[in-house]
Amino acid sequence: MSDSSPSPKLLYCRCAYAQVVPQSVKDGVLAKLCDSGTSFESVADLCEMAAHRDERLKAFANTTPIRIAACFPRVVRGLFRQAESPLPEDGVEILNMRVQSIDEVSEGMLKA
Amino acid sequence: MITHTARPLRVVLYEGTGAIALSAPARAQVLAALLDKGYAVTRATAQGSTGFPHDDRSLLVLGQFQNQQAPDLEDATGKVTIEARDITGLETLDIVSLVEKARGNKPMNQPGTWKPWFPVIDYSRCTNCMQCLSFCLFDVYGVSKDGKIQVQNNDNCKTNCPACSRVCPEVAIMFPKHQAGPINGEVVNEEDLRREKMKVDISSLLGGDIYARLRDRSEAAKSRFSKERSADKALEERKKCLTKMAQDGFIPAEVLASLPSPDEIMRKAEEAQARAQAALSANGTPA
Repeated sequence: MSDSSPSPKLLYCRCAYAQVVPQSVKDGVLAKLCDSGTSFESVADLCEMAAHRDERLKAFANTTPIRIAACFPRVVRGLFRQAESPLPEDGVEILNMRVQSIDEVSEGMLKA
Repeated sequence: MITHTARPLRVVLYEGTGAIALSAPARAQVLAALLDKGYAVTRATAQGSTGFPHDDRSLLVLGQFQNQQAPDLEDATGKVTIEARDITGLETLDIVSLVEKARGNKPMNQPGTWKPWFPVIDYSRCTNCMQCLSFCLFDVYGVSKDGKIQVQNNDNCKTNCPACSRVCPEVAIMFPKHQAGPINGEVVNEEDLRREKMKVDISSLLGGDIYARLRDRSEAAKSRFSKERSADKALEERKKCLTKMAQDGFIPAEVLASLPSPDEIMRKAEEAQARAQAALSANGTPA
């Protein structure tokens, strides 16, 4: 990414409607995002949004580059596609809080 | 109650110019508490906006404003109602109460009372074989105008039942809220594929066979072996399969209890099979 590229937008999913993301990881990542001085967007649950085809998903998909802290990448892409808001192939980084560590996810989200 | 038209209120935690930043722990606590209640929260700092379009009809802006005085805010386009509240000195629970009060009786899905449980298709793996359409008894699947399998009625899906994912030969059906891989969306490996193929053999005993049996029903009725090929027997086998899946912990027992009546199952099976065959024919794929 060149210096002139726009900064990636940040989206954090809390997975609030089911306890499938380790609590410590989602709390830890949120704390790191909060500690940083950066602005970011957070949602209660991308699955809940996809369930009712929330128009915000379209806005997220259209705002690249974007980094998403959520779940398995193929799930996240599938949710957006199912909500008729497919994520573009390029300009999207998905961090997986189900398997990655707090440091891996937060560093991936906040890297320069 | 599930509300599919209502969107959760969007809250903006404003820490930009004219506001005093919260302490880091307080900020994290407030965000977590609001998210866990189902709200969408934007953290806006002096480092600029999040860059996402503000397409919401209403926004609630929270901040520790100068002189503890929330500013009057107005959307230049007049399309968005913006309210601002000062949260100086408030504890997290007080802030959540303030937001709940601001939401009023606008409906939203509350975490803990509903789980967004539905299949998600990985189209990079899906071969459009329609087995899921044929298998599901609850009309979750349908066919798009261009002949592709799609999830059309996710509300019909039975919470915690991933049975259709187990008949998918390509491991293309995911349930994001499922605990274990690959159904939860984990990367699919060769072992998963081998295991899923075996499951297809099991399911075909009931999922696939039942339709073949239905097609042959009239002929079977004339046959002296009709007892073995009867739709009743196929139905019984399907129930056995589902019972076995429930016993093995693959599907919840409630799903068994909520199965349609035998007549309804037969009707649905015929309809689903017809839709699947029509889609496959339209796509030029042999049924």
